[in-house]
Amino acid sequence: MGAGAARRLDGVSMGGVRATARIRATADGRGGTSLPVLEGDGPLALRRTRGSGHEARVMLVGAMSGPLGGDRFRIECGVGDGARLRVGSAAATIALPGQVKGEARYDVRLDVADGGELRWLPEQLICAGGSDLRVVTRVEAGAGARLVLREEQVLGRVGEEPGRLGSRLTVRVAGRTVLDQELGCGPGAPGGWDGPAVLGGYRAVGQLVVVRPEFAKEPVPARVLGETAVLAPLAGPAVLVSAVAEDALRLRRVLDEALAGLDA
Amino acid sequence: MSRAALLVLADGRFPAGGHAHSGGAEAAVKAGRITGAASLETFCRGRLHTAGLVAASLAAAAVLGADPAELDAAADARTPSPALRVAARKLGRQLTRAARATWPSDELDALARRFPKGAHQPVVLGLVARAAALEPVDAAHCAAYESVSGPASATVRLLSLDPFDATGVLARLAPDVDRVADQAVEAARRAIDEGVDALPAGSAPLLEIGAEAHAAWAVRLFAS
Repeated sequence: MGAGAARRLDGVSMGGVRATARIRATADGRGGTSLPVLEGDGPLALRRTRGSGHEARVMLVGAMSGPLGGDRFRIECGVGDGARLRVGSAAATIALPGQVKGEARYDVRLDVADGGELRWLPEQLICAGGSDLRVVTRVEAGAGARLVLREEQVLGRVGEEPGRLGSRLTVRVAGRTVLDQELGCGPGAPGGWDGPAVLGGYRAVGQLVVVRPEFAKEPVPARVLGETAVLAPLAGPAVLVSAVAEDALRLRRVLDEALAGLDA
Repeated sequence: MSRAALLVLADGRFPAGGHAHSGGAEAAVKAGRITGAASLETFCRGRLHTAGLVAASLAAAAVLGADPAELDAAADARTPSPALRVAARKLGRQLTRAARATWPSDELDALARRFPKGAHQPVVLGLVARAAALEPVDAAHCAAYESVSGPASATVRLLSLDPFDATGVLARLAPDVDRVADQAVEAARRAIDEGVDALPAGSAPLLEIGAEAHAAWAVRLFAS
């Protein structure tokens, strides 16, 4: 019985849904990328879509709602030397309150080997009113790995008070932590989260992390991208674009422009 | 421990250069996000529970004997804004210099040799507290309090805010400062067992964004 069936038959159980999806990308030896592991699980369904050039593409397709309170989702994605993978999602993820008490948990673990490239570009995470979600994203990148990672959080649906969100993003390159950031917001979060030091009433917040070995020799200078966004070189071969915005659309525009600027 | 040593270290007149920094208040005032005592209080509360908790944990971990170089790297990873990393190191260097004259210690000498451009200020603060025979919770209190006292006194100058109102803000934040100091010590003890990744990493996007904009201004009252 899959996780989806478990929710239908057992929706009021104390456990919540547990699901782990796995992706493994390797070089196919002919200049392309193969996916020896592509395992969805319940609400985390995976589809391989048409790639471009040497890059394989995978789409995360939500097969049911969630995460809801008490759910435990996990995605593990590994990219080997010479492989290039792009992962997106078909729609925004909406955290909702569940019948099960307690927080939901979403773990993302990304490993990019030396010589591998991952573009991790999911749609937004929307924290609906009454939801309670903890997201932990950990990236381990090899010394010569390339990464683009986007995270966007939207606090509440339109006109709605946000749910509770705790989000931690840790990026390690060659065994050294270059970024460790935690954001807490919504009801019950540490005081001042919506005030002028943290989110200042903005309802969309995003991070774009770009890791490239060439940044070690040619660091990108810090750049102010308007009133509420900045591109900052980290202490390592990586940059962070950090932005807040009124809504998801404006946030995406800023992050897209920043990425295009780095690619130019 | 000597309670008076804590007062010396926490005194705003301790010659470590902190008065030249606004803790992000100058950028927030310019952006219209701090306009009076009420918004100053929310600003300080947000800074306390993010950057303040991180600083307090680093300081407490340094008192407990964690490797200063590892703590310094952890501070880097928790400070994505290069302008804030530069400011933290400058403050660290000034504190190192003042403390080596005040509480001479081999550990501070070693730190100065290892980080000629300065280590992150909270790491230095922890080692200074150690040299002054203070406890982890003392260093955590110092760091947590500094995270709000700097913006409060800067706002008095920036907005001509009544100093009584600014001090009232600090008094109302006192219970939160105590809580953050306790959380910081707990996290620091965990970091001794599990490594520095166990330290809190609270981020404040508007502080990070504002710091870079502020660093690019041609004329400013405060260094950060």
